[in-house]
Amino acid sequence: MVLAFGVSALVAIALMSDMVLPRLRETWEGYRARRRLVPDVLYPDPGRERRAEQTARELLRSCVGDEEWAMYRDLGLIRVWGRHPRAHGGGEYAYLIYPHRPVIAYEPQTRRLLGEYCVEFPDETRPYGSSRLPDSDDVLAKWMLLTGDEHRLLDESNMHLPGRQVDLAQVTRDLWRISRWEQARMRELAAG
Amino acid sequence: MKPGHGEVVIAEGDVELPQDEARLVAEFRHQLDAGLWAAVPVAQDDGRREAMMVRAFEEVPRDAERVIFFPRAAGG
Repeated sequence: MVLAFGVSALVAIALMSDMVLPRLRETWEGYRARRRLVPDVLYPDPGRERRAEQTARELLRSCVGDEEWAMYRDLGLIRVWGRHPRAHGGGEYAYLIYPHRPVIAYEPQTRRLLGEYCVEFPDETRPYGSSRLPDSDDVLAKWMLLTGDEHRLLDESNMHLPGRQVDLAQVTRDLWRISRWEQARMRELAAG
Repeated sequence: MKPGHGEVVIAEGDVELPQDEARLVAEFRHQLDAGLWAAVPVAQDDGRREAMMVRAFEEVPRDAERVIFFPRAAGG
């Protein structure tokens, strides 16, 4: 009788353990997961990103010319004049620099878009988990490369026909915004 | 320039002081060895601003206020 009861109890425990053990394991792992330190790279600190961008804006402002800074502040982009006529068929040309978007080459006279140069400045050490510079640092890096060694930027970037990564309608609109902005600035400067 | 930081001051010194210059040269090389590019913002006589890409410490103008290091370009 005792033996039969003992065997039944063992069978019951074995059956119960199949049901209970996974639940216990799950509960324990959930508890451990909740206690585990979560690296902050999963949750970028918006305050840090904002402060980094603020610092980057100050650096950009201290490097570029007054007009370029005003253009970036007001329109969110910078125009840089091209210096190597042979680079784009001999005529006058310029570039539009946007943060974290390709550099656009165009003819100011006709507003014809010549090409887009896709270039990035990834920091592979990935401080805080990201290789991406703040917006204004990205703009400054492109500005420094374009004004300091235009050919190097053209060599290092991937060149595509306009419209591959950027919205042509938006660039056209930006060129119109630049012309309006320049007219307003001229009037302001003339008025003293 | 650093993600999540913006501008970070790496080293400061006066190039006219030999010990400062040695430290600046060492730091310059260290940054370039780490794969960064270096540029010096300059103002032309007509007021135009531009950058000068430098590959060696000797190329940095003696009166330069700063050298900016940034990650090298890669096709996007």
